[in-house]
Amino acid sequence: MEQRWSLASVAAVTVAALLFVAAPLFVPGWILFLLTLALAKFMAVLAVALFLRCGLVSFGHALFYAIGAYTVGFAHKWFGVREAMLLAPLGLCLGAGAAALIGLIMARYRGVFFAMLNLAVSMILYAILLKLYWVTGGTDGLGVSTPTLLGFVPPRGSFRMLYYYFTLVMAGAVIYLVYRFLASPLGYFLKALGDNEIRIEYSGQSVRRVIYVTYVLSGALGGLAGVLVAFTVGHIVPEYAFWLQSGEFVFIALLGGYASVPGPLLGAIAFEFIRTYASKYAPYAWQMTLGIIMLLIILFQPGGLWAMYEAVAARFGRRAGGVERV
Amino acid sequence: MSETMPILQTVDLTKSFGMVKAASAINIQISQGELVGIVGANGSGKTTFLNLITGYLKPDRGRTLIMGQESTGLPPRLVTMLGVARSFQIPQLYTGLSVLENVLLALAAGAKRGTEYWKPLYRDPWVEESLDLLQQFGLKPYAYRPVAELPEGGRKLLDVVLSFALKPRLLLMDEPTSGVSIEDKFEVMDTLVGVLQQSDITTIFVEHDMEVVQRYSRRVLVFDNGEVIADGKPESVLTNPEVRKAILGRE
Amino acid sequence: MAILTIIIVDGFVFAAVLFLLSVGLTLIFGVLRILNVSHGGIYALGAYMGTYLALKVLDAGLNPYLTYLMLFLGALIVGLVAGPLIERLFLRRVYGRAEAIQLLLTFSILLILDDLIKLIWGTTPMLVSTPSTLLGQVSIAGIPYTWYHILLIAVSAVFGGSLVWLVRGTRFGKLVVAVITDREVSVAMGINVNRIYTVAFTLGAFCAALGGAAIAPTIAVAPGFALEVVVQSFAVIAIGGMGSLEGAALGALLVGLARALAIHLVPELELVVIYMLMLVVLMFKPEGLYGEAELRRI
Repeated sequence: MEQRWSLASVAAVTVAALLFVAAPLFVPGWILFLLTLALAKFMAVLAVALFLRCGLVSFGHALFYAIGAYTVGFAHKWFGVREAMLLAPLGLCLGAGAAALIGLIMARYRGVFFAMLNLAVSMILYAILLKLYWVTGGTDGLGVSTPTLLGFVPPRGSFRMLYYYFTLVMAGAVIYLVYRFLASPLGYFLKALGDNEIRIEYSGQSVRRVIYVTYVLSGALGGLAGVLVAFTVGHIVPEYAFWLQSGEFVFIALLGGYASVPGPLLGAIAFEFIRTYASKYAPYAWQMTLGIIMLLIILFQPGGLWAMYEAVAARFGRRAGGVERV
Repeated sequence: MSETMPILQTVDLTKSFGMVKAASAINIQISQGELVGIVGANGSGKTTFLNLITGYLKPDRGRTLIMGQESTGLPPRLVTMLGVARSFQIPQLYTGLSVLENVLLALAAGAKRGTEYWKPLYRDPWVEESLDLLQQFGLKPYAYRPVAELPEGGRKLLDVVLSFALKPRLLLMDEPTSGVSIEDKFEVMDTLVGVLQQSDITTIFVEHDMEVVQRYSRRVLVFDNGEVIADGKPESVLTNPEVRKAILGRE
Repeated sequence: MAILTIIIVDGFVFAAVLFLLSVGLTLIFGVLRILNVSHGGIYALGAYMGTYLALKVLDAGLNPYLTYLMLFLGALIVGLVAGPLIERLFLRRVYGRAEAIQLLLTFSILLILDDLIKLIWGTTPMLVSTPSTLLGQVSIAGIPYTWYHILLIAVSAVFGGSLVWLVRGTRFGKLVVAVITDREVSVAMGINVNRIYTVAFTLGAFCAALGGAAIAPTIAVAPGFALEVVVQSFAVIAIGGMGSLEGAALGALLVGLARALAIHLVPELELVVIYMLMLVVLMFKPEGLYGEAELRRI
């Protein structure tokens, strides 16, 4: 529906933005780490969420995520390049490039086949990363040393904060771009795709083109996410390409609510916290925890956390007298 | 384009589904500006005909020419780009979007060169044009409502609006009044034909109701078993006993 | 020449295992039009339950031939419990919702099952090798196989044949086909579609569990087993054509032989050969080798 911003929405966004910007000042180091991770992964989740909007599940976006991460690893290992300002766009481009190639095939499929085909491709990468251990480090993975920002090595005490801001800025740019995309004709065609492909084709617009462009965009997002996570975590392993990693992105999209842009971010943050507490209190039941949460969401709150927030905000907004967002 | 070139021509168009002959060597020519009704019993091949000329089905044999250009075997998207638009028996709408958004997307698809994909869908010239279109067809009150809130007649009209918004040279409508209550049928057709006559679109509509065909078309094609068994003015064709038997006898 | 024989035998053994793994999945897809991702979990449950019961029998000092019965019993229990439970409690609630959501529901059940196994049986791998060693060894082209491997091939062939007979030759099978062809008409004709769905799902679950139990004696069952096999079963049925029993057989055969070829000739490709095959087949025939293309909708 129409994207008119109510006073309440603008207020909410401003508050949220301020919280994010000011976070390093009042939040302990481990939470800052989680937030950085969440902001980075959120991009990959957004990539998956774009497709969930039109009814397509991708179990293969770990492919682009791994490409981004290993870009950082190889750039350092082979070329000694550690510059963040270089590696971020590079990872993004490589992710987009891979998507441009694979998307040519993927755009022809829907439903279960779409899900399984990109799963297959990501698993091929996983197998390669695993087997070619003399290049990729195999199961041990690759270590990633601290990246430089514009040539400067961040001072020890503040690099957590600097990475946080770097990731935050990237996330901000991503949010803006995705909003523009979703407001554009292609963004609406993407949504319409899930409803009625026949009408799209009979209008003279190519469904395949819509899916392809979205796929390339999602590859870019996945690649960027991989780069940023590699920076933050400092260590990359072949599991970045495993289908369960893709499953994690899908889970987060579902948890946060895939129909919106903030939903995946909310989901990513919630996910990191859930994971931290689950590994402390129920280490052997992590998958079960995810499974149960997913089940509950699907059965009782398909809109995810964001839908819950919107329900609360709507009630609030009515009382505050703002124009309601339809 | 010369005056005499037909806007639609089919040559020997044939299609079978196993043993069933859905289209049997159909040879017709439709000239620019005509208002043609297609009638026939259920299963006589009317919708198959529309599916064939718009590229949803590929013919076993035969050719289709649109404005003199070979369109045989082209998919619906390319046929649409030749200037053909179509509405459906079951309205093909974007049910998750609002009525206005449905029309906006039609305009966006039809704009091609001028689409400027980086600008929002909700842009003033398009919004204005969409609301105008909805106004012409009596749907403006529903503009910002979800498609689900449209009554059945409204859904069919919206389906037509979506095809009309493409500014086609040839408009095909598949049973525009089916599912619409008897009281509303003529109102819907009045609206439709009223708008269509203000432009010089060539219109072909498939219809079950012979009264509607009688009243609104200037030429009638009668389908039976995949063949065109009669072609002419409604008064003469529809009073022909053979024709009546073919259309009604089987039902 | 010897290597060819080895590749073929290996291929058939792999194929047998893959077939038992995948036939249940394709059956469920054929009837319910849902890709049951939890399939791998049921397969693992069958493997664990069968192994557990067989070990109990051995511990009790009973006749070792009873282990075969225990494997079957384990599968039966898992199938009859997990099948109706999953279908009625969870799956039924998402019929009619988007395909993606149904897929994700079964995915969440897979995650739950994998951890459930850990909670019940712990993380130490279990192995009951008696059923596979009991029948003795047989040498084929100089390589030692066990008769159990050969038995697996026979069992999968018989099993596949029975399923085909069940679907083509029995009244139940005809009802299933009716439901697949046109659900609405079936309801109108008075067929209890809900019951057919439950029975079909349970049958598929039993197939999965039996597959797991059958293969358990040849490997050590360990956590994570469920997740490993899920992807392989997808690939097999995608290649063969989803919903087709013959497709599952053909897919299993192709993948099995391809894997055998890879292992003996190009070992690095062992893991990827299944996905590459899937890509190649789907690119040229998107519905799979025995699959059907989509129907007209307007």
